[in-house]
Amino acid sequence: MADVIEDKIKNYRTAPFDARFPNTNQTRNCFQNYLDFHRCNKALSSKGQETSPCDWYQRVYKSLCPMSWVEKWDGQIEDGSFPGKI
Amino acid sequence: MAHPTQLGFQDAASPVMEELLHFHDHALMIVFLISTLVLYIIIAMVSTKLTNKYILDSQEIEIVWTVLPAVILVLIALPSLRILYLMDEINDPHLTIKAMGHQWYWSYEYTDYEDLGFDSYMIPTQDLTPGQFRLLETDHRMVVPMESPVRVLVSAEDVLHSWAVPSLGVKMDAVPGRLNQTAFIASRPGVFYGQCSEICGANHSFMPIVVEAVPLEHFESWSSLMLEDA
Repeated sequence: MADVIEDKIKNYRTAPFDARFPNTNQTRNCFQNYLDFHRCNKALSSKGQETSPCDWYQRVYKSLCPMSWVEKWDGQIEDGSFPGKI
Repeated sequence: MAHPTQLGFQDAASPVMEELLHFHDHALMIVFLISTLVLYIIIAMVSTKLTNKYILDSQEIEIVWTVLPAVILVLIALPSLRILYLMDEINDPHLTIKAMGHQWYWSYEYTDYEDLGFDSYMIPTQDLTPGQFRLLETDHRMVVPMESPVRVLVSAEDVLHSWAVPSLGVKMDAVPGRLNQTAFIASRPGVFYGQCSEICGANHSFMPIVVEAVPLEHFESWSSLMLEDA
């Protein structure tokens, strides 16, 4: 499973089409992948497992999310004021 | 780019724009035909010597001028819907670029691999070199590989803007807090100009967009160069 993801990440070009977000508004696509990355990290590290499968979500949110949004959210996570549930 | 006294669209630089251009030609031809016919009928009615012109009826002509317009409308609707669905097709982009609107410049982010971001300001008229276009040139262009599907995510950092490049057939509103997706394929190498298309303050007319489509190797060397400079 991990090497399937590793393969996908190695051949990564850009965020692929996501059928959950088929329309023009991709705001949620960006936010969802950001959330999923942090949730994945939290879940895997709490079990003491490797967090490399989470890298897929990171690649996708880095592709989609504006850098200013990511900086803001990273700051909020540090402060503890991030509005999403992680 | 646009030319003085231009009447039609700019030359298409993407397959979608080519389709839109041809559809526009088709619909406009129908409009011209109908207008010419109506004008002819008006002139004929006004200049006739016949006296018994009113309170006439005829089933046949009523049928003709009901069915024929319906047929014409179908002839317009079918290509129109075809293009509508064509523009909505799921594409598989090779590259994602974010275009962020600011007052009063665009910034472009290429973050698929490294974090490349740069601002794109209009070149003021007094700083133009001979051959450059007034109010259209920018210091940094959005470079894209030609013949590759490109996804552009448009947003804004302050007020509403709109990212438009007519020759690529692209216009997408830049809304703060929202990420709007559009896509295009540049069918040929070249430089394509556009202007901000949503009123955004004093310098709304002075924040143009320049897309430069180049072969893939040139794109790769350009992006390495930009990363070094950053």
